[in-house]
Amino acid sequence: MIEAQQLTKRYGEKTAVDHLDFVVRPGTVTGFLGPNGAGKSTTMRMIVGLDAPTAGSVTVDGRPYARHRAPLQEVGALLEAKSIHPGRSAYQHLRALALTHGIPRRRVDEVIDLAGLGSVARKRAGAFSLGMGQRLGIAAALLGDPRTVMLDEPVNGLDPEGVLWIRTLLTSLAEEGRTVFVSSHLMSEMALVADHLIVVGRGRLLADTTVADLVRRAGGDTVTVRTQDPARLREALAGPGVDITGQVGSEELQVTGLTAREIGLAAADHGIALFELTPRTVSLEQAFMDLTRDAVEYHATTTADRTPGRAA
Amino acid sequence: MSTLTAGTETPRNAGPARPAYRVSTRGVLRSEWAKLWSLRSTWITLALGLLFLVAFGLIAATRYRSGYASGTLDRDFASSTGLELSLFGTNFAQLALGVLGVLITAGEYSTGMIRSTLAAVPRRLPVLWAKAALYGTVVLVVGTAGAFAAFQIGSGILSGTPAAMSLTHAGVLRGLFGAGLYLGLVGVIGAALGMLLRSVAGGISVLVAALMLIPGLVTLLPSSWQGDIGPYLPGNAGQAMYALTHDATTLSPGAGLGVFLGWTALALAGAAYRLVRTDV
Ligand SMILES: Nc1ncnc2c1ncn2[C@@H]1O[C@H](COP(=O)(O)OP(=O)(O)OP(=O)(O)O)[C@@H](O)[C@H]1O
Ligand SMILES: [Mg+2]
Repeated sequence: MIEAQQLTKRYGEKTAVDHLDFVVRPGTVTGFLGPNGAGKSTTMRMIVGLDAPTAGSVTVDGRPYARHRAPLQEVGALLEAKSIHPGRSAYQHLRALALTHGIPRRRVDEVIDLAGLGSVARKRAGAFSLGMGQRLGIAAALLGDPRTVMLDEPVNGLDPEGVLWIRTLLTSLAEEGRTVFVSSHLMSEMALVADHLIVVGRGRLLADTTVADLVRRAGGDTVTVRTQDPARLREALAGPGVDITGQVGSEELQVTGLTAREIGLAAADHGIALFELTPRTVSLEQAFMDLTRDAVEYHATTTADRTPGRAA
Repeated sequence: MSTLTAGTETPRNAGPARPAYRVSTRGVLRSEWAKLWSLRSTWITLALGLLFLVAFGLIAATRYRSGYASGTLDRDFASSTGLELSLFGTNFAQLALGVLGVLITAGEYSTGMIRSTLAAVPRRLPVLWAKAALYGTVVLVVGTAGAFAAFQIGSGILSGTPAAMSLTHAGVLRGLFGAGLYLGLVGVIGAALGMLLRSVAGGISVLVAALMLIPGLVTLLPSSWQGDIGPYLPGNAGQAMYALTHDATTLSPGAGLGVFLGWTALALAGAAYRLVRTDV
């Protein structure tokens, strides 16, 4: 469980994280979404104590990360920036981290196999491809068998097989009761694995919600119906969780909470003629962009007047 | 590892099979030890340092002997002792060994490894102490061994000349151990500077400036200042630790050691302050 209270980070003039309050709960995968420069990586660095908050605090299972006896057993983190010495092999890297905590050699071999690095474990990490480097980072995150797994854009550079591996891994980690916190700027990717979403923009919390709710709020399951008798159709469709809007005197209704199929069947049952039955599909990306439109730091159209976000 | 318990407020409600790992001083030392020896640069630079120490001592002794035989020794050289000649390589060895110290710490920043290191040891300071202690000890051992080797080989070359000396000569043992200790502390200072400046180039520059350039620059000062400041500079105080003869312009070996330890402590304190205070 990760709890942030009024978490704030300023770099000089720039406020990277702005009074964030959120809780990441165990047993589910929580997605951490936001456009470039939203403050996701900064928040994650503060969680593991690499950056100190300017104000506010963040705790992991009730205390600051640094106050745990075995931090690697508490949080396993894959950070955005490279965190490996290129001169060491994957095995040597993991072994050095394991030694600090008294983690046995056996566990090092285990995570190497788990991450699919068996064949390259003795090679210099400097020669690794982007995806292999990412796998090594994930192996390091799992090394301490942590209660909380926190991954900053884990699918970066992974091939389709790797992406699938990550998805299965995240789901199974959550099923084991661990807290799983994963950042991404790809809503569609998140929707496949995350149950819960924390959305940020320009350092501020924009939404703390579920995937289903976010889609609903963006109007993702609205069906447009045109009918001869709007008043009777309203009565026929009314029910819990169903929301119907439409202008008086108009043939057109907007229905949420029912599928087009359900509406069509209900209309047929009541003998009401329909002229149009159109589900309005809002993609997840659209929902995400609606939510973050005002908070997007670096629009593609702005050129000279803004400096781009840190590449790292 | 199934910890599907709802009350995660209490941090220690682990399932039965959960191993009891913990960060310990011993663990951090073992980790840093493994990190030290798993880089090729460690082996190469240590070998280079040892080579400089022995080879330059050997060259100095050989030159002295041939100069003595042919009667062409210049005056400075003529008054050299066997200890001075054998330890001639210290100046070069300290560069290699100090640079390796910088690499051990600043290299973590330039590669990004520091993020992994400090995520594993978020209290941070144990990493600095472990690196300084381990590397200091390694250089102390290598430096002392190198000093003895250089002296023994040098003695063989110098036997029969006025510079000839044996281990039993007063001050020789102290000088050889002093040189090893000096090199060990240079290694610690290098590691501290790397941690303080977080840059390989910056750390090496400051190290070279402190040990070699500043003593030279001070000779430009008015001579009354020179006498007050000169002996206390890191390079000069360090040299007093292994010099055989001491005069009014140098510190005694004990005082030299004290002053050089002070510089080491200062560098370590700066490194510790920055390590704890700044984001990585
Ligand atoms: N060390 C730093 N010094 C100065 N500014 C920083 C630093 N780290 C981050 N920032 C700034 O803080 C803001 C948030 O950056 P951060 O990397 O946390 O965003 P992000 O959400 O991870 O973005 P992305 O999706 O591109 O990875 C950015 O504007 C960035 O320029
Ligand atoms: Mg980021």
